[in-house]
Amino acid sequence: MKGMSIIVKKVSQLMAGLIFIYGIYIILHGHLTPGGGFAGGAIIAGAFILLILAFGSSALNLKKEIAGSSNTESVAILMVVVMALMALLFGSKIFFFNHLPKGEPGELLSAGVIPLYNIFIGIEVAGAILTIFLALVIFKEESSK
Amino acid sequence: MIVYILCFVLFLVGLYGVITRRNLIKIAISLSIMEFSIFLILVLIGYIDSGLAPIVDPGTPAQVYVDPLPQAMVLTAIVIGLATTAMLMAIAIRLYRKYKTFDIREINNLRG
Amino acid sequence: MDALIPLFVAIPLISAFLIVIFGKLIKGFHRFLGPLTLLILLILAVYVFTGLGKSSISYAVGGWTGKGGFPLGIYMVLDGFSVLMLCIINLIGLIALFYSLAYISKYTAESNYFALFCLIVAGMNGVVLSGDLFNLFVFLEVSVISSYALVAFGVGKTELEASFKYQVLGGLASMLILLAIGLIYWHTKTLNIADIRSVFDAGYNRSFYVFVQVLLIAGFGMKAAIIPFHAWLPDAHSSAPSPISAMLSGVLIKAVGVYVLIRLFFNMFVFSYEIALILTSLGAISMVLGSLLAIIQWDLKRLLAYSSISQIGYVVMAFGMGILLLLRGNNEAAAVLAIGGGLYHMINHAVFKGLLFLNAGSIEHRLDTRDLKKMGGLSKVMPVTSTTSFVASMSISGIPPFNGFFSKLIIIIAAINGRFYLLAVLAILVSIITLGYFLKFQRFAFFNKATGQAVQKIKEVPFPMSFSMIFLAVLCLALSLLAIPSVRETVLSPAIDVLIQAELYSTTILGM
Repeated sequence: MKGMSIIVKKVSQLMAGLIFIYGIYIILHGHLTPGGGFAGGAIIAGAFILLILAFGSSALNLKKEIAGSSNTESVAILMVVVMALMALLFGSKIFFFNHLPKGEPGELLSAGVIPLYNIFIGIEVAGAILTIFLALVIFKEESSK
Repeated sequence: MIVYILCFVLFLVGLYGVITRRNLIKIAISLSIMEFSIFLILVLIGYIDSGLAPIVDPGTPAQVYVDPLPQAMVLTAIVIGLATTAMLMAIAIRLYRKYKTFDIREINNLRG
Repeated sequence: MDALIPLFVAIPLISAFLIVIFGKLIKGFHRFLGPLTLLILLILAVYVFTGLGKSSISYAVGGWTGKGGFPLGIYMVLDGFSVLMLCIINLIGLIALFYSLAYISKYTAESNYFALFCLIVAGMNGVVLSGDLFNLFVFLEVSVISSYALVAFGVGKTELEASFKYQVLGGLASMLILLAIGLIYWHTKTLNIADIRSVFDAGYNRSFYVFVQVLLIAGFGMKAAIIPFHAWLPDAHSSAPSPISAMLSGVLIKAVGVYVLIRLFFNMFVFSYEIALILTSLGAISMVLGSLLAIIQWDLKRLLAYSSISQIGYVVMAFGMGILLLLRGNNEAAAVLAIGGGLYHMINHAVFKGLLFLNAGSIEHRLDTRDLKKMGGLSKVMPVTSTTSFVASMSISGIPPFNGFFSKLIIIIAAINGRFYLLAVLAILVSIITLGYFLKFQRFAFFNKATGQAVQKIKEVPFPMSFSMIFLAVLCLALSLLAIPSVRETVLSPAIDVLIQAELYSTTILGM
């Protein structure tokens, strides 16, 4: 599909960076404020989708993009399950246990393993939504040829 | 009490859409409307009169908060709803390529 | 042993995503990892089954135990009933996966198939292991959404239409289940199954109770395809690829439909007479209508799908009779027989319906048709398929010495002991009708004169497919040993005990 006018392209170039930073903020403060992995991941995917819509899919190499986002998503899920299984090896042998040191409640670096889970789930959700969007775009391209 | 009745009316609106609409995309959107009405009922179940949002500041003393468990349930259910809608849309556009129409009355190969 | 419980969910999840990453890089990676995963799961399931005996284990995920008898975290519960379902799921999954190693050569994108298959098994394992309602809902959705994708796998016209219908009805059912979970939470302020039972023991609001139970029967009845919620099953099970039909019809409608109904109605809700009557009559109606609708079918897999509805009707009717007999109070032996018969028929149906769908897949693989009028004379050119389908047809119709005879006999004896004479007569009648349409299947597919096609050029199916079919046929014969009372004691009694004595379930979790 073609891109949009030059005003839309310039404004989305400026906004995509801000939206991306906002998504990272929501993910990192997931244990302090509402949000967390899911919401932050959806916002990060929104930044990428905004750029794709503004510039048109003809500016991308779609097969490489979808391979990249699909692999990112799978690696992130594997890291979540591996971290949950690692708790079985350290110390108390319980699945999903919180085995990193917990600091003061209310600080950014606290609550043990929960911020790490938030980060990986955020990456995973962003990858998943981007993969769905790219798959639909690729299908549209192929069927309109 | 009236909020629960309004959520139920939203559920019936979604159900009406699934039953009577002919376009595949409209059926998928009506299914989403039904799902969102159920999420609203779940969040409203946890409401306590004059309760605050369940975010804890480390310094302040304990207050009356609304119930955060239905909110966590709804967060997970929203993601499940996203997956369901994405699946429906993918099947719908593949059906369009095969049958050249979105009309569900034309898509009836399976009978009996 | 309780550290093994989360592995049942973690191992298929890891392998599913490993297949997605490496399936495109290394050729044939998925063919190696998929069956290896399910083999590991089956070995774990059998190990837990033999090591468990009559006890129950509950596992608090994340180490969040309760405070003062009030459970706080997510619990995974392993008792007699769960471990039986785990064995069935992983065994039929391994056989179907092994079968699909040769069947999948018709489709492209093979690695996606194996990844989705591992996800279905992960979801079903999570459903039978979960100890609280919302975790059950999440794993139910995981397995059901993967099955939507697998039904539409070969993207032809009929598969996509069947998958769309399946998705709309399945989505409606999931919403009713979520509404019922919300209403239960509103009333009891907890989501743990054992804790809800203790709240209901203390007292409940009568109209709310009946409303929630009817919502749950509607929701899970749609997943289990009881009449009148069966409309998606003939389309979905006949259009899916054959190993997926075997998984759907053999395991999925039991693990996310019948298992959850039985777990909730025996262990969570206090028995009530009207609901037991509703369950029994729905089971009886499904039994009769399913078989009557199956006689008129000429499409092979549609006939098998309607016969699934009929056999699941047997199982639900047996459990309903069990509740009614327990409510009457004076005949516990008959209740034990009824529940035991239901469990035994569930195991048997997984084995012989899986075998029948694999046979239909073999015929479709060689002939490219599902229409009974176009087949014929296959008994000489496909001996393995013909013999195993004969074994399966005799099993499902209830001919001794195969396993279907014994399980139906136990259900009929329980019905007569409990003085449900109408149900016993209906069960015998439906068994005769089942024999009728399976003889039709045998005659038109295998023993007729060949019509049209050049039958002599058809060879037998490749080794993975024939090995899977022979294994299931041998299992059909071996399972009839379960009718011997001493074998039945060791295999089925832990499950029956945990269902009848609901206090056993509660003390396992609340005691920890």
